[in-house]
Amino acid sequence: MTPKVIAGAEDIRRIIARISHEILERNHSSKDLAFIGMRTRGVPLAQRLASSIKQFEGLDVPLGILDFSLYRDDLAHQGPGPLVRATNIPFNIDNEIIILVDDVIFTGRSARAAIDALIDLGRPASIQLAVLVDRGHRELPIRPDYVGKNIPSSKHEDIVVHLSEVDGIDEILITSSQETMKEG
Amino acid sequence: MIGELLIKGGHIIDPSQELDQRADLLISEGRIIKLAQNLDVPGAGIIDAEGLIVSPGFIDLHSHLRTPGFEEKEDISSGTRSAAKGGFTTVLAMPNTEPPLDNLSTITLLMTLAEKEGVIRVLPVGCITRGRKGKEIVDMGELSQAGVVALSDDGSSVADASVMYQAMCYSLAFNLILIEHCEEPALAADGQVNEGIVATRLGLKGIPTEAEDIIVARDILLAQATGSRVHIAHVSTATSVNIIRKAKEKGIKVTAEATPHHLTMTEESLLGYDTLAKVKPPLRREEDRQALIQGVADGTIDVIATDHSPHTDAEKMVEFDKAPFGISGFETALPLLLGLVRDGYISLYQLIDMLTEKPARIIGKLNLGTLKTGSPAEVTLFDPEKEWLVSKNSLISKGKNTPLIGQMLKGKVMATIFGDEFAYLDESMRIEHA
Amino acid sequence: MAGKRRHILDLDDFSAEEITGVFSVAEAMREVMGRPVKKTPALRGKVVATLFYEPSTRTKVSFDLAAKMLSAEVLSLQPQTTSVAKGESLIDTAHTLEALGVDILILRHASSGAPYLAAQNTSLNIINAGDGWHAHPTQALLDLYTIWRHKGSLEGLKVTIVGDIKHSRVARSNIWGLTTMGAKVTLCCPYTLLPANLGNTGSLFPEVSLKPDIYSALEGADVVMTLRLQRERQAYGDLPSIREYTNLYQINDERLKLAKKDVVLLHPGPVNEDIELASACVYGPNSLIKEQVTNGVAVRMALLYLLSQGWHK
Repeated sequence: MTPKVIAGAEDIRRIIARISHEILERNHSSKDLAFIGMRTRGVPLAQRLASSIKQFEGLDVPLGILDFSLYRDDLAHQGPGPLVRATNIPFNIDNEIIILVDDVIFTGRSARAAIDALIDLGRPASIQLAVLVDRGHRELPIRPDYVGKNIPSSKHEDIVVHLSEVDGIDEILITSSQETMKEG
Repeated sequence: MIGELLIKGGHIIDPSQELDQRADLLISEGRIIKLAQNLDVPGAGIIDAEGLIVSPGFIDLHSHLRTPGFEEKEDISSGTRSAAKGGFTTVLAMPNTEPPLDNLSTITLLMTLAEKEGVIRVLPVGCITRGRKGKEIVDMGELSQAGVVALSDDGSSVADASVMYQAMCYSLAFNLILIEHCEEPALAADGQVNEGIVATRLGLKGIPTEAEDIIVARDILLAQATGSRVHIAHVSTATSVNIIRKAKEKGIKVTAEATPHHLTMTEESLLGYDTLAKVKPPLRREEDRQALIQGVADGTIDVIATDHSPHTDAEKMVEFDKAPFGISGFETALPLLLGLVRDGYISLYQLIDMLTEKPARIIGKLNLGTLKTGSPAEVTLFDPEKEWLVSKNSLISKGKNTPLIGQMLKGKVMATIFGDEFAYLDESMRIEHA
Repeated sequence: MAGKRRHILDLDDFSAEEITGVFSVAEAMREVMGRPVKKTPALRGKVVATLFYEPSTRTKVSFDLAAKMLSAEVLSLQPQTTSVAKGESLIDTAHTLEALGVDILILRHASSGAPYLAAQNTSLNIINAGDGWHAHPTQALLDLYTIWRHKGSLEGLKVTIVGDIKHSRVARSNIWGLTTMGAKVTLCCPYTLLPANLGNTGSLFPEVSLKPDIYSALEGADVVMTLRLQRERQAYGDLPSIREYTNLYQINDERLKLAKKDVVLLHPGPVNEDIELASACVYGPNSLIKEQVTNGVAVRMALLYLLSQGWHK
C-alpha cells in the first residue's frame, strides 16, 4: 500500500490552534500551565502549542522535554537505534498543570510510561494529555484530553506523523505497517 | 594374536632401508618376515593396504604418561592405546611423575605396569636430578641398568649450570642422552604465553624467547666442553633453531625435536583465552614457526616428538593463569604433520624418517623404527587423505585437552601393529582369509 | 559489527559509533542522577549480581548504585565469605548464579580472561569489572565519557597516560578506546613498566607514541591520565625505588604547566597522594577526578540498561 496523506500542513496548523483554545478554555487561563513534549515528535508539537498560547495570551509557558524510554514496558521488542536520550525539564513540575504532548496515541503504553516518568520528577497539580492523532486500539485505560484528529486504523496500518522541525514537512500519513519502522 | 599377516598393495616407506615404493609386507608371530612385490602366502590373513602408507611404527621421544601419581590425567592403558591410535609403537615416558622416576623402584613399577597394561613399548626416561630439584644428580648407573634410555628433568630446566655440567660428565660413562627442557626459570617465572603482542593484548605475563635460547646456548656449550650428547626438547624459537644449526656445523653432539603444535600453531591461538592452547614452551610467533619448519626441512631439527601432555577437563576449565600447561598430542600428531607435507615444506619420506629411523638412532635402538627382515613387527598403516573430526569422544587419551577439538583433520592411522597384536585397528579395516 | 552485544569484556570490539551511543545514554542517566528521586524502573525485575574476587570500593559501589537507580535487584557476593572460600570454582559459581536467575553478572577477578570463562560457559550477560592486567572496559568508558563531556570530542586530542602501563588494565582499555575514538595517545613510563610490542611498527598499537621523558610527554597534552602505582613494583624489580619514580614521573602543578592551559587531569583512583600525583593536583582546577566518580555511575547505568534491553552493536 502506498502511503496516503490524510492531513497536510494547513490541517496541522488549524489543529494546533484549536487545541490551544481548548486548553485555555478548560484551564481558564495559561497560569500554572506547562508543556512537556514526549520524544521525539511530541517535542515540536509542545513548542507549537506553547507559542500559539503565547500569541493569544502574551505569556511565556514553561516547556520541557521528556524521554520516557527508561519507563517503557516493551523495550526488548524495539529495534536498534539510539535508545534513550536526556530528559530536560528546566522547571519544577510540583503543582503545575502539565500538558503532556505526543504525536500519536495508540496502545496507551507510551502515555503510561510518560506519566510514570513525570511522577518520578515531582507532584504536578494535574496531568493532561494532548495528541495530534488518536488511532484507537488502546490497551490501557488511558484517554487523551485533547485530540487533533481521530483516525480509526487497522492494526496492519501505521499512522506516521511528519513535522517540519524533524522531517522537513508537516503531514500525517497512513501506511501499511511493513513499510515503515514503528514510531514511538 | 595376528599370526601370519600379509599387508598387500600398500605404499611402503621405510627410511632405514631407503625404501619408498609399492610392495607387500609379510609378518608372522611378531616379526617382519619379508618385503617384496606381489607376495602370495596361502593361509595368511590379508589386509588390503591399497591407498595406504605402510611405515615402521612411529617412535615418540617425548610424552607424559602421568604414571605413577597422576592416573586421573592418563594411565598406561589409556596412554598407550592413545599412542597406538596415533601410529606410535614406542614412546618415551617423561619422569615428572609422583614420585618422579629418579629411583630404581619407581622405574621398575612403571616398567611392570607398562608390560602388563601397555599395548605398545614404553621406554622410561629417568630424572637428571633427584626429585627433579636441580641439586643432586641421580644414580645414573643404576637407572641405566633399570632400562632408562635417556635422562631429563622435563617440566623444568636444570637451572644450575654446574649441576648440568656434572650431569653431562657423569652420563658419558653410560652413554645416556640428556634431554633438556630449555627454560631459564627466572626469565620465565609466572609466564603464561609467549612474550609479545598476544601477551600484551591479553594482559598475561609473557615468557620471552630468550628464556629458551639462553639454556639452549648454555647446554650446547656444556655439551661441547664435556663431549656429552644433549637433546633439546620441544624447540620453539627461531633463535634456538639458529643456535642448534651452528652447533651442528661445529660438530657438537646436539640433537633436537619439535612438536606438531609448535610447527602448526602460533600464539594467535591463545586469543580468547583458550586454555587448551596453553602449553610450554608457549606457542610463538609466525616467524618462529617458519624457522622451525625450516629447521625441520634442513635437518637442524632431527625428530618430531609430541610432548603429549594430558590433563583433565576440570584442570583446564579454570581461569587462564590457573590452568596447567600442555596439549594432548598423540592422536592429532600425524594429521597435523601431513599438513606440512601437503603445504610442500617437507616430503612424506622426510616426515616418516623423523618419526622412525632418526628417533631410533638418537636412543640407540637400531632394531626399532625399521621394517628390516627379522625386526619386531611394529608397523603403522595410515591413510593420508582420510578426514576425521576431532572430538572428545574420538580421543582415546584421558586428556581431551587439545585446541583442535571440533576441527576436521586430514590423515588417519588405520592400523598399528605391535608384535603379534593390533595395538590399534580402525573399525573400517578388515582382515581377509584367502 | 552486527548482532546483539551480550557482554562487555573488553573495548577491543567496540566501534566509535557504539562508544558514542554509550555517551548519549550516559547523558540521560546523568539527568536521572540529578533528580530528587534518583530512580527509574528500567531494570525492574532484573537481577544483577556483583562478584568481586578482588577488593574494590569505588567500582563495586558504583555498579551497585547504578543497578539500584535502575530498580534492579542487586546481589552482592563476597567470594571471601561464600563457598568460593571452600574451593568452589568460578564456573561452578557462575552456574549457580545462572540457576538462581541472575541476568547480569558483574565480575572482578585477579586472573586476566576470567570474564571470558564465565561468558563462554553460561548464558549470563557478563560485565568485566576488571580482570588481571587485561581490561577494565567500564572504567575506560567513564574516562572517555568524562573527557568527551569536557572537550566535546576525542578526535585529535593529545592524551598522555603516565604510570605503570604494563600492569594496568585501565591503561589497556583506555588505549583501545582512545585510539578507536581518534585520540593521539602518548605513553610515559620507565621501559620496565611498558608491555611488549607497543608503539612500534608491527605492534599492537603502532600509532601510540612512547616517551619515557615526562617533560616531552606532557608537552601540549589536552588530557593527562595518571595511573595508580602499586608499591609492590619495587619489590618485583621493575623500579629501583618509589622515590626515584616520584622524582621522575609524579604529576604536579609545575609539570602540568607544560601541557595545554585547559588540560584535564584524570586518575582511576584511589590515588597514592604525593607518589604518582601531587596532592595539590588531586582537587586542583584541572582535576576531573571527582567527576569521574559521578560519571562512573552514569556510564554503568547506561551499560546495564543497554545490556538488559538487548543491545544492538
